[in-house]
Amino acid sequence: MTRVLRLSIHALGGQGGGVLADWIADVAEHAGWWAQGTSVPGVAQRTGATVYYIEIAPPGPEPMMALMPVPGDVDVVIASELMEAGRAVARGLVTPGRTTLIASSHRIFAIGEKSAMGDGAFSAAAVLDACARSARRLILADLQALAATHGSVISATLLGALAGSGALPFARADYESAIARAGVGVKASLAAFAAGFAVAGAPPAPELAIVAPPSSAPPPLAERIARLPQAAHAFARLGTERLVDYQDRAHAARYLDRLEAVASAERELGGDGALTAATARHLALWMSYEDVIRVADLKTRATRAARVAGEVRAPLDVLTRTTEFMHPRFEEVVDMLPTTLARRLQNSARARGWLTPLIDRDRQIATSSLGGFLLLWGLARLRRLRPRSLRFEVEEARIEAWLASAINAARTDPALGLEVIRLQRLVRGYSDTHARGLANFAAIMRALPDLAARADGAARLATLHKAALADDEARTLSAALAALTVKHGPASQTAEPAIDPVPMAHAA
Amino acid sequence: MAERSFAREVERLRLGAGETFHGEGILAVTKALLQSGVSYVGGYQGAPISHLMDVFADADPLLRELGIHFEQSASEATAAAMLAASVNYPLRGAVTWKSTVGTNVASDALANVASGGVTGGALVIVGEDYGEGSSIMQERSHAFAMKSQIWLLDPRPNLGHIVDMVEHGFRLSEASNTPVMLELRIRACHMTGKFAAKDNVRPAFTLRDAMNAPVRDTDRIVLPPANFQHEQEKIARRWPAALDYIRANALNERFGPEEGELGIIVQGGLFNTLARAMELAELADGFGALGLPVLVLNVTYPLVDDEIVAFCTGKRGVLIVEEGQPAFLEDAIGAALRRHDVQAALVGKAVLPIAGEYTGAVVKAGLDAFLAEHGDRPLPAPASPPALTTAQVPARPAGFCTGCPERPVFTAMKLLMRELGPFHVSCDIGCHLFSILPPFEIGNTTMGYGLGWAGAAAFNVEGARRTISVMGDGGFWHNGLTSGVGNAVFNKSDNVLVIVDNGYSAATGGQDILSSKNAPATRSGHHRIEDAVRGVGVQWVRTVETYRIKQVKAALKDALTTPTRGPKVIIAAGECMLNRQRREKPLFAAAVKKGERRVRARFGVDPDVCTGDHSCIRLSGCPSLTVVPNPDPLREDPVAAVAQDCVGCGVCGEVAHAAILCPSFYRADLVHNASRLERGWARAQSRVIAAMQHWSDRRRLARAA
Repeated sequence: MTRVLRLSIHALGGQGGGVLADWIADVAEHAGWWAQGTSVPGVAQRTGATVYYIEIAPPGPEPMMALMPVPGDVDVVIASELMEAGRAVARGLVTPGRTTLIASSHRIFAIGEKSAMGDGAFSAAAVLDACARSARRLILADLQALAATHGSVISATLLGALAGSGALPFARADYESAIARAGVGVKASLAAFAAGFAVAGAPPAPELAIVAPPSSAPPPLAERIARLPQAAHAFARLGTERLVDYQDRAHAARYLDRLEAVASAERELGGDGALTAATARHLALWMSYEDVIRVADLKTRATRAARVAGEVRAPLDVLTRTTEFMHPRFEEVVDMLPTTLARRLQNSARARGWLTPLIDRDRQIATSSLGGFLLLWGLARLRRLRPRSLRFEVEEARIEAWLASAINAARTDPALGLEVIRLQRLVRGYSDTHARGLANFAAIMRALPDLAARADGAARLATLHKAALADDEARTLSAALAALTVKHGPASQTAEPAIDPVPMAHAA
Repeated sequence: MAERSFAREVERLRLGAGETFHGEGILAVTKALLQSGVSYVGGYQGAPISHLMDVFADADPLLRELGIHFEQSASEATAAAMLAASVNYPLRGAVTWKSTVGTNVASDALANVASGGVTGGALVIVGEDYGEGSSIMQERSHAFAMKSQIWLLDPRPNLGHIVDMVEHGFRLSEASNTPVMLELRIRACHMTGKFAAKDNVRPAFTLRDAMNAPVRDTDRIVLPPANFQHEQEKIARRWPAALDYIRANALNERFGPEEGELGIIVQGGLFNTLARAMELAELADGFGALGLPVLVLNVTYPLVDDEIVAFCTGKRGVLIVEEGQPAFLEDAIGAALRRHDVQAALVGKAVLPIAGEYTGAVVKAGLDAFLAEHGDRPLPAPASPPALTTAQVPARPAGFCTGCPERPVFTAMKLLMRELGPFHVSCDIGCHLFSILPPFEIGNTTMGYGLGWAGAAAFNVEGARRTISVMGDGGFWHNGLTSGVGNAVFNKSDNVLVIVDNGYSAATGGQDILSSKNAPATRSGHHRIEDAVRGVGVQWVRTVETYRIKQVKAALKDALTTPTRGPKVIIAAGECMLNRQRREKPLFAAAVKKGERRVRARFGVDPDVCTGDHSCIRLSGCPSLTVVPNPDPLREDPVAAVAQDCVGCGVCGEVAHAAILCPSFYRADLVHNASRLERGWARAQSRVIAAMQHWSDRRRLARAA
């Protein structure tokens, strides 16, 4: 091979793209080749996308090398993250006749994807498809995870994959010597390099389908689930298990009562089970609303301790202590109390004045110590009192109203009923997040009679659902509601109190 | 201590004649300065020449050996003024900064030194931050060269050639008594390569010689009548001398055949891009043989008219490849051809974009259009569009690093805005300017380095909401102390300034400044910002820890609402996490190895407690705080997660508390080398806890059975 070879590396600031570029240039130079690398670090080093560009040429006359890649003129593109591979494709640097594309399939989400209120992730499928169509040869694997298993960094597995691809005319030992010459973390880097090398030679691994873990115990109330429409079985089983875990069998039975009511309504309407399936999912979530008891329960389980240990990867001789960050407010504590007492406290300005400073504080609770653990464990034991609590009563009423609205809406338009069920997604979380979601939910539900009167009501409701998740100040939702020209007021601008004692009675 | 250490690389600066130097463009320039017998070096950091400053700092021992004085200048103006040493004495000096922003700051001193002229060679190395990756306004340094009549070198990007041009730069400066600017584009600064080294040269005439035998020449000082004389000198003497030197040393290069109907004139810095475009058009072989005559302007100011005229005479068309606007070269060449009645068609911005970076693809397209219009080549078929559009991949704006101490300042501001409503925020230059981007989206304007508070100076009327200005410690010492704080005191401002004190000039790569606490022995640090602020007359000063979000928020609220009139300054202190980690990580590892008890914290999220609203991300934006698919099959939205690179700064927990978010976050403290007593107690507690967990697990299973 006598041609000048051109390589472009696409990484994120801090991923070691510069190290990789240096290794490659070093390999070439030690083989007697000409090598020139360059980069545009600058401000992009602070978490942005960075590009490193290398040209190498066989021994002989000095080549005239360029400082940036030209679309259609790149032999190897290395991307340290899936979307960066996509960016290289979008820049025209990956071309079918020419380019070997080596990419890590893992995702590092961009801030816009992470900060979305729902799922803001860009489509990986579109990028994967474009990579496969654009590259002469595609080497794709989770090289980040592979590096981590060898206690190394992605630059080492990427170099291994490059070596294994055979895209450059250098021997494996040439690359390994370059790693050794750099002299930093050599042992781990070499192990990761070898793993990357193997990936390049191996046939692509089949895509693993994500399978929900099977139920460990036969679900209680299994017979009732079996009588539901087939489509709803999976969620109904999960939901039943969740509610037994969350509360008890009676609570799960209540869940199935409601589900059966929806199923029979759907059957009357000639539905295919989609409404029941969606209800099985969203009803279970609503009936297992997040409260202090649930949080305390989840945080004191043995499985949780094991998960933390796995996550922090502490060596055996290192002690791990865990501390929880909680900030219960007056409202959340009162919520847990029996209804009558809770209402009395809620309406008493004096009680609020006395109790708020005692309750409403930043709390750091060490669950690895006996004191902290006992506090949360004790709170978790309040589970038995939950059905008598104010919050429980309020949520039950909200659920009833919501289900009634959904069934009503389904009678006009089954698709609209389904969208009403899906709206539960907005009602989640704790304190302000919950209040905001509930306010948005209520605002949309107020528009329901108008939506039901329109042929495209379901589609419009889906749009409103999306608008509610577009920003956390209800700006988009208010605009969307205003655009509907409904006579009801816009979505509330300020958070409503966490407890809305008047459920959506109008919907029933 | 800067972000990147060149301790290993600087050893290569000792190479001598007969050896080959391998390295980055920045190191090559440093080596060239040593080979040129430079006496003093100064500058102010900023991409793409931050590393030049870092190399100087790391090479300090070698510089001292050679009798070279190196300063980390307070600003670009300081650095430019340093060139005054070359006015009266045969001392060679070099200064460097980021352009055009640094050249803006330096231009007062630059204009003065250019007016009076120099005796010793004076070289300004400007790192041109233009095009991809640039963080500044897109302007040309060329305009500064023209207005002050400073010669501008734009060398072809080849290390050996850049080194030669540095050495020529000093000689050109001395031959024409004029300071010279050497323009290095961002990729050339970071380009690797090799060149034949020469011996380093100790200056024959030293700084000591100058100080012990001062020379004075009133004619070199800008004051009437000398200032009028300077203008005449520039035209009558210095300019012709420069042209003579450029011609005699063939600083501009010719490539390709001697004759041809078409030709190309290109800025030296763009030559390789042009050569690649020609290679793709099958007009070059990739080894320097070109199919068309090309004139490479390694000196872009002044233009040598007779070279241009000779090149263009007899040609049908000439393409000018000149990046940026206004098109100074194209206009000047056009005027020269008109004056000399040369009829070649002059094509530049007619086929190439008027504005924007000249990438390989852009130059190729321009070349194709030129050849189609003025040659006989048909336009090549357009390439098929990529299989993906840029809209299908997420934008990655730069942002605060993992654990950055500046992030919580803006979290506090965002929370305060929710409480008090929006206020006008005047920003500065530095990492803190990332506040204008998602997820914070805070800040109205930025007027330049250290000018954050000055940018709010007009908003100084009664009966209105106070404004908040932001300034980094870098900008504060650069000029903000006088232009911002002094100005606010003198003009009786009632507004608020937040000084983000992270201990370094962090955005430029973590260089030390006056208030740095870990400055090396060669510099004097530990000068407190609070003392300086009080020293110029601010009465209302609070110092807060950035990581204490509630504290920061309370201080901000107090400053905005207090009835006390007068300027208010909040110093938000927290060490730059990149630097802190670099400093502390090895110490931590060493202590653990020695068997000392050490605790490292990291954060985590309980995925079954998180509901996927991502409020925490919108209030933090830490790169370490990310999302993962929801493990709960009932839920749809991804949950928050803390990646392995978490440094345990604690902001997650602070945000969860300050914003009353959710109880998903936990902190895990990893205790290394715990004492036997501590271990025993932990074991005892965990046994009891495990037993209780076992009991409740059994009860739960019984419920399900």
